[in-house]
Amino acid sequence: MSDIKEKVRQFIISNFYVADPATLKDDASLLDAGIVDSTGVLEVITFIEGEFGITVDDAEMVPENLDAVNHIVAFVQKKKG
Amino acid sequence: MCGIAGILNLSATTPPSRDALEFMAGALEHRGPDEFGLYLDRHCGLAHSRLSIIDLSTGQQPLSNEDGTLWISFNGEIFNYVELRAELEALGHRFRTKSDTEVIVHAWEAWGEAAFERMNGQWAVALWDEKTRTFVLTRDRVGVRPLFMLEHEGRLFFASEVKSLFAGAPTFSREIDPVGLDETFTFWTVVPPQSVFKGVRELEPGHVAVWRDGKFVHDVAYWSAKYPVGAEHRFNGTLDDATQALAGALENATKLRMVRADVPVGSYLSGGLDSSLVAAMAARAKPSGFKTFSLRFADAEYDETPYQRAMVQRLGTEHAEVVVSRKDIADVFPKVIRHTERPILRTAPAPLFLLSKLVHDSGIKVVLTGEGSDEMLAGYDLFREARVRRFWARQPDSKWRHKLLERLYPYLTRSPVSQQALTRQFFGRGLERAKLPGFSHETRWNGTAALKRLFAPDVTAALTGFDARGKLLSSLPADFAKWNFLAQDQYLEVRTLLSGYLLSSQGDRMLMGNSVEGRFPFLDREVMALANSLPASYKLKALDEKHVLKRVARGLVTDEILKRPKQPYRAPDALSFIGAERPAWVDECMSEAALKASGLFAPGPVGALWRKCLTRSNDEQFSNTDNMAVVGILSAQLVHQQLVRETPSTKRPPLKTVVIK
Repeated sequence: MSDIKEKVRQFIISNFYVADPATLKDDASLLDAGIVDSTGVLEVITFIEGEFGITVDDAEMVPENLDAVNHIVAFVQKKKG
Repeated sequence: MCGIAGILNLSATTPPSRDALEFMAGALEHRGPDEFGLYLDRHCGLAHSRLSIIDLSTGQQPLSNEDGTLWISFNGEIFNYVELRAELEALGHRFRTKSDTEVIVHAWEAWGEAAFERMNGQWAVALWDEKTRTFVLTRDRVGVRPLFMLEHEGRLFFASEVKSLFAGAPTFSREIDPVGLDETFTFWTVVPPQSVFKGVRELEPGHVAVWRDGKFVHDVAYWSAKYPVGAEHRFNGTLDDATQALAGALENATKLRMVRADVPVGSYLSGGLDSSLVAAMAARAKPSGFKTFSLRFADAEYDETPYQRAMVQRLGTEHAEVVVSRKDIADVFPKVIRHTERPILRTAPAPLFLLSKLVHDSGIKVVLTGEGSDEMLAGYDLFREARVRRFWARQPDSKWRHKLLERLYPYLTRSPVSQQALTRQFFGRGLERAKLPGFSHETRWNGTAALKRLFAPDVTAALTGFDARGKLLSSLPADFAKWNFLAQDQYLEVRTLLSGYLLSSQGDRMLMGNSVEGRFPFLDREVMALANSLPASYKLKALDEKHVLKRVARGLVTDEILKRPKQPYRAPDALSFIGAERPAWVDECMSEAALKASGLFAPGPVGALWRKCLTRSNDEQFSNTDNMAVVGILSAQLVHQQLVRETPSTKRPPLKTVVIK
C-alpha cells in the first residue's frame, strides 16, 4: 500500500511538476487544484496502467477513482485485487 | 502608422536630452522606417518614427498648429478625419496639410478632452501645448495602438514600446514585476495599466491623461463600453433590423478603412467567418487588384487552407500564402518576444509575425483583419461554455444539462468530454457562483493560475497577499452588475484578452514588427456601439455563436465557411520546441543557470516539466497546462534576457524633421 502510494505521489510530483511535495495532499482533488487538467487525466491513466499492469475501463474514468492520490491508490489496490 | 516617444519634465529642471529622444526614436524604427522627427523645448521633447500612409508628402511629425505652439506626435489613424476636418473648418480652423494628424491638433484646440470621443479610429497620441504647458496622452477605445510610460529622475518618459522607454532612460532599473507575471499566469496577459516591468505603466485603452506645469492632473476614461441597462443603450429592432444595421455599419467601417489611405490596402484571410466577411466587403470597395494574405500550417490539425482558397476563388483576389512549420515557430520565437515585450502562453503570435513579413515583402503597408468580431458579437466557446454552466447551475443535480458541453468542444482531439464524470468535475466547479462577476472565466483562470506553482520562491513571496482576480473584479464599471450575463462576459474578455493579448502581442506588435498597419472594421466606433446594444440572443442564439453576423455574411462568404464549426486560431505550442532540431536558445532558456539568472521560475519543477516534454514523441498531444507552461516559461525567460539584461538600444535614426526651441 505505502509502496503504491509512494509511486503515485512520485509520479504526480514529477509529471505535473509540483514544486513543493508538502503541498500535495493525498485526499485533495487534483483537478480542483489545477495540478491535473483534462488531458493530464489521460497521463495518470497511462501511468497506472503501465506501472501496475492494470487496465482502466471507460466506466472507471470517474473522479472517485482518479481525482486524488488516495483515490488512485484505492482504485489500483481494488483492481489488483 | 508609426512609433511615438517623448519626455516631459516633471520636477527636472534641465531640458530633456536630445540624445535620449533620438535613441527612443531609433528603438522604434520597425514601426516607422520612412521618416524620423523630433521636437524639443525646455520642458518637453517629442519623437516620431513614421510609416507613411496618409498625406505622404506633408504628413511629417512632430507637427504643430498654425502658430507653432501646440505639438503632436501621433501613431494611428483617425478614420473620420475628413468629416472632423470639415467641422473644424466651419469653426474657423485653417489647415496646412491633408493629414489626419493635423485634425487631432485642431480638434484638441476646439474641444479639449471631449475631442477624443468624436474620433473614430485607432491611436496613441501625445500633445504638448507649450503656451499652457499642458501635456496630454491618449489612446483609442480598445487599445489597438500601444502606449507605455515610466517616471525616472523627475521626468516622464512615454513611448509606443517599452524598449523605447528603456533606450531613453538607460539608467532606469529594469526589473520584471511579479504582479505582472501573476496577471499573465492568470488572465493570459497583464491588464493595463499594469505591465510586466516594475515602474512601467500602460495607459489604459479609452483613456486620456493630462499633466500641467509638470504636475499630473488626471487619467480618466473618455469612453467606456455601453451595454443595455433596462431600455437604455438597447437596440429596439427585430433580428432582421439588427442584421441590416450591422451589415450597414460593417460595410461602412470596412470602406472607411479602405479609402482612408494613400497606399494600397490588403486583407488577411484566415478561412474563418470574420476575415472572410471583411475581405468580401473590402473587395467590393476595390473590385480589381485586391490583395489577400493567408497563413497555412504544415501541421494539418491547425491548417485551414481549403476554406481560404475557396474564398479567394470566390473573390478573385491576388492571393499570397505562407506555410508555417513547428521549426519556423521555434526559430522566429526570440524575435517575436522582442516585439511582444511580455510573456505569452501561446505561440499563436509567431505565425502572424511571419504573415506580416509576407505582407511587407509584397509591398503592402496596410491590412484589414477580422479581429474583434468574436468579442463584439460573441464568437468564443467561452461565452457558450458560460451559458451552459449557468443553465446547469440552475439545476446542479441535473443528469443531462452538463451534456450540452459536448456540443462545445468538437475540435479538440482529446476533449475532456470523452470522460463524462470528469467533465462534470472540471466544468462543474463553482456553479454556486454562477451569478457572480468572473464566473464565465473561472475555468480558464483557475487552470492558468495553477501554473504559478512554477514561480521561484522569491516571486511567490513577493506576491503574498496579491490577488489578481480580486484586483480586476474590484475595478469593474458601476453598471456591470446591471448588464446581462453575456455582456458581462464580453466586457471581461475585451478588457483582458482582446486589449492585452490579441490586439497587442498577437496584433500591433506582430504587424508593426514588419512595418505593417492592421485595421479592424469590427472595432469601428459605430460597429462596437451597435454590437454592444444588441440583445444577447441576437449574438448568441441558444448556443449558435455570432448568430446575427452569420445572417449578415449570407451570400458574401462561401456556404462552407458559414456552416463550419468555429475553429479557434491556434498554432503548435510546446510541440514547436521539443523536436531534435530545436534551436540552441530553447535549452539555454530552460537551463538551471538561465533560470537562476532570471530568478523567475523554480529550476526544480521546470526541470521536471522539461524532462517530461523531451521524452514525448513529436506526434503526442500535450495537455493545455503543459503547453502554456512551456511557452510561458520560454517567453518570460526571453523577455528577461532581451529587455531586462540587454543594454538598451543607442541607435540614432536619420532625422528629417527637427524643431529645437
